Amino acid sequence: MIQLYWERFRQNKLAVAGFVVIVALTFLALAAPWLCPIDPSLQSLIERLQGPSRAHWLGTDDLGRDVFSRLLLGTRISLSVGFVAVGIEILIGVTLGLCAGFFGGKFDTFVMRLVDIMLSIPAIFLILTVLAFLGPSIYNVMVIIGLTSWPSLARLVRGECLSIREREYMLSAKGAGIPTPRLLFVHLLPNVVAPILVSATLGVGGAILTESALSFLGLGVQAPTPSWGNILEIGRNYLHIAWWLSVFPTLAILVTVLAFNLLGEGLRDVLDPRT
Amino acid sequence: MLDIEHLSVEYYRRGQTVPAVRDLSLTINPGESVGLVGESGSGKSTVALAILRLFRLQEGRITSGRLLFQSEDLLAKTEEDMRKIRGRRISMIFQDPFTSLNPVMRVQEQMAEVLAAHSELRTQSSGLANALERVRLEPVRTLNAYPHQLSGGQRQRVMIAMALLGQPDLILADEPTTALDVIVQKEILELLFNLQRELKIGVLFISHNLSLVARYTQRLAIMKQGEIVEVGKTLDILRHPAHPYTKQLWAAVPRIQ
Repeated sequence: MIQLYWERFRQNKLAVAGFVVIVALTFLALAAPWLCPIDPSLQSLIERLQGPSRAHWLGTDDLGRDVFSRLLLGTRISLSVGFVAVGIEILIGVTLGLCAGFFGGKFDTFVMRLVDIMLSIPAIFLILTVLAFLGPSIYNVMVIIGLTSWPSLARLVRGECLSIREREYMLSAKGAGIPTPRLLFVHLLPNVVAPILVSATLGVGGAILTESALSFLGLGVQAPTPSWGNILEIGRNYLHIAWWLSVFPTLAILVTVLAFNLLGEGLRDVLDPRT
Repeated sequence: MLDIEHLSVEYYRRGQTVPAVRDLSLTINPGESVGLVGESGSGKSTVALAILRLFRLQEGRITSGRLLFQSEDLLAKTEEDMRKIRGRRISMIFQDPFTSLNPVMRVQEQMAEVLAAHSELRTQSSGLANALERVRLEPVRTLNAYPHQLSGGQRQRVMIAMALLGQPDLILADEPTTALDVIVQKEILELLFNLQRELKIGVLFISHNLSLVARYTQRLAIMKQGEIVEVGKTLDILRHPAHPYTKQLWAAVPRIQ
């Protein structure tokens, strides 16, 4: 079973490429403090707004800080926001979706109406409003992205449960006296893992994008902590004289989100039993 | 052992209630094999589901009647008490062996969890191999297999082995061989009813196939549109069918001259 999936995954070049990039980025994020060639918060006003050179590979920003080092450290922020936010999303979305789909009835109706309400509010405005009240911080960003992204996952999981709940092996297991928690977590959950995995992978990319947008707007990660979004925000002011301040963080975001999307799409194809 | 008294079951479809079983009474004595025959939609599977109370609340409901199993009222039991009966004192074998085993779990895990689900069975985990040998399967290979690695007949043997794990007094076999070809069908039924006689288990054999049921059961009930139209000793019913529907069914059995 696993071998079959692995074989199919290996043949999907784009997914493998995405996976390799993600592994590399994760390594860079973990090792960032030791890999930075120059202290990312070291200011040097003489060297401000210098283009890429041997001393500063990706140039310097308006305070003369090394952009390459700041991007490296920003990888940490972006990936941890992505993973934590999606972790929260999965915890809430899968639990509610699983219970709604399995038990049905009033609980199902309640959860699904809640999902409808959440999905009818534009998430980015909700996030902006809440952050404006709570104050910008990286932890608030992680939690609020997680808290606003679970509804579509809950709906997906519920839909899968509804179809799997009708399979005969569920009835057969219940008929053998298997207790309900075991039915839910041992029989139902593993059969909905594939769509959850796909959705989570795509979700990490989405969360990274949202975090960058929030930092760009000044509501995410606060200076002096570097994040791709706030480097980009500085770059906006110097777009006409310092292109490297905008281009490199954009590329970092692009490559990372693309990698997660390619892996997600690839997993979808690999795990789909119909292909 | 099991007395079904005036059982009525309703299903809900798009806000309407549809009667599935009406005022049905049937008795199964200890160690006896009873056949329940009827066309699709006659409510025969519903009877089995009702005995184990396997409906969902929003799908169907037992509206009246009593289910007495070893003089305990099954309808008065809590869900947890019912769970302890399922797979332990009353087992069920489902129609389609291709879908009634979980595709992502090995046979061993699925059999072991039946033992784990019933506290009084937990001590005998060595019984898995014996249980498979009893249904003439090669234990080591079968235990380590995923369902898709087994043939239909092998899977149904696994289902029988699982149904016997709890040493039940009653097995509900809902069309256990309809999805299998005729040779495998015969092997499976021979196996099931040999074990039934050997272990003195009561069996309710549900099928649309009158000739098949007649061959393996001592008593027979004919069902039509949710009601039993005729019940009696199998041989009596075959020799002197009283109800026109029984005659019709019997006349429809293909015979090779």
